[in-house]
Amino acid sequence: MTALLDVSDLVVDFPTASDGVFHAVDSVSFTVNAGERVGIVGESGSGKSLTSQALMRLVPSPGTVSSGTVLFDGAEVMGFSAKKLQKWRGSQTAMVFQDPMSSLNPLMRIGRQITESLQEHLGLSKAESRVRAIELLQRVGIPDAESRLSDFPGAFSGGMRQRVCIAIATACSPRLLIADEPTTALDVTVQAQVLDLLDHMATELNTGVILISHDLGVISSFCDRILVMYAGRIVEEGTAEQIVGDPQHPYTRALLASILKLSEPIPRRLKSISGAPPLAGRRASGCSFAPRCALAVDACLTIDPALVDTVNGRPGQKVACGVAAPAAFEFAEGATAA
Amino acid sequence: MSDVIPAAAAVDPFALGDKPVRSREVFRSLKKDPAALVSIIVLIALALIALAAPLLSPHDPLQTYPDIGLGPQGQPLPPGTPGFLLGTDALGRDVLSRLIYGAQVSLVIGIVANGLATAFGVLVGIVAGYFGGVVEAILMRITDVVISFPILLLCTALIAVTTRSTFNVIIVIALIYWTTLARIIRSMVVSLKEREFVVASQTLGLSHRSIMWRHILPHLVPAIIVYTTLGVASSILIESALSFLGIGVPIPSPSWGQMISDGSTYFQIAPWMLFIPGICLILTVMAFNLVGDWLSDMLNSTTPTAR
Repeated sequence: MTALLDVSDLVVDFPTASDGVFHAVDSVSFTVNAGERVGIVGESGSGKSLTSQALMRLVPSPGTVSSGTVLFDGAEVMGFSAKKLQKWRGSQTAMVFQDPMSSLNPLMRIGRQITESLQEHLGLSKAESRVRAIELLQRVGIPDAESRLSDFPGAFSGGMRQRVCIAIATACSPRLLIADEPTTALDVTVQAQVLDLLDHMATELNTGVILISHDLGVISSFCDRILVMYAGRIVEEGTAEQIVGDPQHPYTRALLASILKLSEPIPRRLKSISGAPPLAGRRASGCSFAPRCALAVDACLTIDPALVDTVNGRPGQKVACGVAAPAAFEFAEGATAA
Repeated sequence: MSDVIPAAAAVDPFALGDKPVRSREVFRSLKKDPAALVSIIVLIALALIALAAPLLSPHDPLQTYPDIGLGPQGQPLPPGTPGFLLGTDALGRDVLSRLIYGAQVSLVIGIVANGLATAFGVLVGIVAGYFGGVVEAILMRITDVVISFPILLLCTALIAVTTRSTFNVIIVIALIYWTTLARIIRSMVVSLKEREFVVASQTLGLSHRSIMWRHILPHLVPAIIVYTTLGVASSILIESALSFLGIGVPIPSPSWGQMISDGSTYFQIAPWMLFIPGICLILTVMAFNLVGDWLSDMLNSTTPTAR
């Protein structure tokens, strides 16, 4: 069975001031099957949002997708014509954004914002799309849906707006839904409701979901598979149980260690990862996490580890760390030089 | 001659409107701004007078009265003369009637020329700002070229190569005044298109036309209203300037600029020929500017209760 989405060796470049290029997303490969939930986790600037924008071919200027393929149902997205792309967006794929305050048009009634894509993609008439919009609002749990169609976004609370956004995104029953930090701007209590709703919609429509977050808690509770990104690369991937239960990469471990566990006494100081991610364009040789890594050995500073199977032999779990899996150094590019 | 549009420079287009405006707020803000209220009344009155010109004017504005309209030495009659409330001009024509018909000319030219300029400027600005790249470069360089000409010189040149007619005056004014708005709209669209709801509508696969028309344009409406109102004042002024220079609305059509031009010749013996249309022109332009200022205050989303 071909995967719904098959991304391989995706590279997004940004020009640097010194005429060079900076790989903001570097050789990222992953697949998403129908109905599967894939989480991408990483700190700010790790390239997780940019990866999703690249999938939609919406990389902000002056960035460019310089290489890699994105196959959607076997078709090359990077080769779509403008017209095909427009048809594909919204009907086959859709996005939910971080801030529902700004991702809805403040000057347009929400009914119109929902019916817009129904009319564009499904060719429904005004009356038909209105009926459908009411159904959609009811499905995402907005009470009194019919009368709320004529409200402006300003009349909704944050959680309600995110529900509206989900209604808009799922209007044409897309097969792939990309949710870019959909709960970050919301209250904790509302977060759970929105995740439940996403979960419900994805199950009902058998939609593949890519959930992007910096919150491992959110990701691990929602996703089947997790990709951990650092400095534009995937440093570890595996199932949610593998990543949370038996993390291999020191970065993943550090991320997990920085989460408070309610079962243990609360420490006076929370654990953090010292240092900061490498600055754009100042990537040194070797593993990009090495300068912040407690376990780093000399080889880490010279050899850029490849993503390889882990030594614990769990199927599907991969790590890019030469210390955790020596094979990562063996398969690294230019490893012979070391 | 960019000093023809003084008030426009003081408006910050980025502070304008991000929320729907309700009629209740319009009245509330109008109550706080008596100058704007008076200006609106003046403009409405002016519009009504222009519309009802044939009913209101006591004489035919083109009719000369060499016998009863001129004094014994052939001099114009002063205001207050029975039958000629605001006096007569050097040809013995009724100043009041010419003034009333002149309002028609000024308003028609101001509104039509400026409406065309607005439509064109908004179109150029949105397309340039939204698509960026080569499209933007070409459109904005054309704008720069038009803007860099002295306005009056360009008008004079354009009219010199065509014939002198009201239609041509309108076209020439429109051809020149779209540029300022195009620049403002472009810069607003450049920032608007980065807004998340525009990106979101792109991920929904909406066409460029729907995004520009339905998602971006409504956010520009407050700025368009403000600049158009201020622009009407500029257009009326430039028409007067053209008529003053003898290249505006063809004689003998009564235009305020033409009347001022005639009046300046007879200033020594008949100052009213200059002052009466002059005062009307100043009041009209001022009213448009005050209303424009008020609109920009009211639609300014950051300080909804300014003033």
